Amino acid sequence: MERILELRGELLVAMLQTLAMVGVAIPLAVLIGTPIGIWLFNHAPGGIAPLPKRHAVVSALVNTVRSFPFLILLIAIIPFTRLLVGTTVGTAAAIVPLTVNAIPYFARLVEQNLTQLGTGAVEASRAMGATRGQIIRNVLLVDAKPAIIGSITITTVSFISYSAMVGLVGGGGIGDFAIRYGYYRYETPVMLVAIVLMLLLVTLVQWGGTRVSRLTDKRI
Amino acid sequence: MISLRRVSTTFPGSRGRPPVTAVDDVSLDVARGRIQGIIGFSGAGKSTLLRNINLLERPSAGTVEVGDVRLTDLEAEELRRARHQIGMIFQGFHLVNNLTVAQNVELALKFAGVRDRRVRRRRASEVLEVVDLAAKSTEYPARLSGGQKQRVAIARALAPDPQVLLCDEPTSALDPFTTASVLQYLADANREFGITVVLVTHEMEVIKALSDDVAVMEDGRVVERFAASDLTSGSFEPTTSIGRYLVGDGIRVERGAASDVDVETLLRRTDEPSADGTLAEVRG
Repeated sequence: MERILELRGELLVAMLQTLAMVGVAIPLAVLIGTPIGIWLFNHAPGGIAPLPKRHAVVSALVNTVRSFPFLILLIAIIPFTRLLVGTTVGTAAAIVPLTVNAIPYFARLVEQNLTQLGTGAVEASRAMGATRGQIIRNVLLVDAKPAIIGSITITTVSFISYSAMVGLVGGGGIGDFAIRYGYYRYETPVMLVAIVLMLLLVTLVQWGGTRVSRLTDKRI
Repeated sequence: MISLRRVSTTFPGSRGRPPVTAVDDVSLDVARGRIQGIIGFSGAGKSTLLRNINLLERPSAGTVEVGDVRLTDLEAEELRRARHQIGMIFQGFHLVNNLTVAQNVELALKFAGVRDRRVRRRRASEVLEVVDLAAKSTEYPARLSGGQKQRVAIARALAPDPQVLLCDEPTSALDPFTTASVLQYLADANREFGITVVLVTHEMEVIKALSDDVAVMEDGRVVERFAASDLTSGSFEPTTSIGRYLVGDGIRVERGAASDVDVETLLRRTDEPSADGTLAEVRG
């Protein structure tokens, strides 16, 4: 217990680092991943405006990033990270690989959310003479909103967990804290405290996400 | 009002199957203000033909005119604008679930280019009044019955004041009483606003109740046409099983016998004597 009180400053910093990493990476992933997801949905073979060849290229690109084990991606994009934030260590540097990994992850989820809507309302909108942009803004995104909020929740939870690995580049964070104290130094109680903190964070995110998603869902 | 000339629609066959001709050389004219029924069994091509009228499905051959506009000659953007004159309702209603009833109707006006929000609101409450759903305008579709959803869809289709209303199996998901009410609203829209209606259905009763003119489709072709008045005047000599059903008076089911009875037998006119007297009658 004393040990934990001793480390509380460090624990707090680690928590803040996690919040910073996820708090920047996820909004960026949503901002960039959503249009990619919409694009994938739109131009899929059999979609609203099929572009099979270009769709295949973008889809393959998304798969490529997604198939990299996160640790390898972390290392592989170090030059890109340096170019972007000027350093390859620290929390800011860790945000880059997290974001790069989260974008295609989230894009796929959005694509999936849209695909599951069914084509009825889209067809009705086409019959009403809607433009493609109007269909996306006023029909698809409106009906997919609860599902997309669910996807944001899933992505956030996954990347709270992923962020534990960025200790490798000195990213810090609560997960890294658990690994450093619990795994490397055999301080099991400290590790447990860190894991409980992560659990609380994940629970909070999941609870909030589910609640907001349900509030926006008018299908029931 | 609507003029289809030698329209054919062929879908490419998937996975090595031969292409399917859903609509095969159909010509059809619908005069302004008429209600044209199109009836046929599943897969006869009637829905595809209906979708050919607003080019949701572009025909592989032939021309489509609505009003004075030849739709088959239009560029995508012109076609989009032309569709504001052609309302459409569907079997599955196709409302936006996360929008209220009023917002669903307003959306049609937004798509039709009505920029002023107040104008959209006013018009939406007007048409919701027409289908007697003004009280439900702030509800979400999930809280409505099937018939109410279809009435919202009718209001949505009527909102931009179209010249034509296309109805794709509008009552097939509804019970008979709800069907009657929805058909009444369609008849009212036709009478009050002079809208030309094209109605596709497999329900004989619906065709009988609403159409001025009837076309029977089989295998992508129109195989029989007649005016609804011919049915009552007795001047109509049907050549198809559907035609015979329409002048007869109900479904007949053979009971206690082998089940290899063909459709022709089941739909035989009830005034024909049955072979062995085992036919029971189910009046529709």
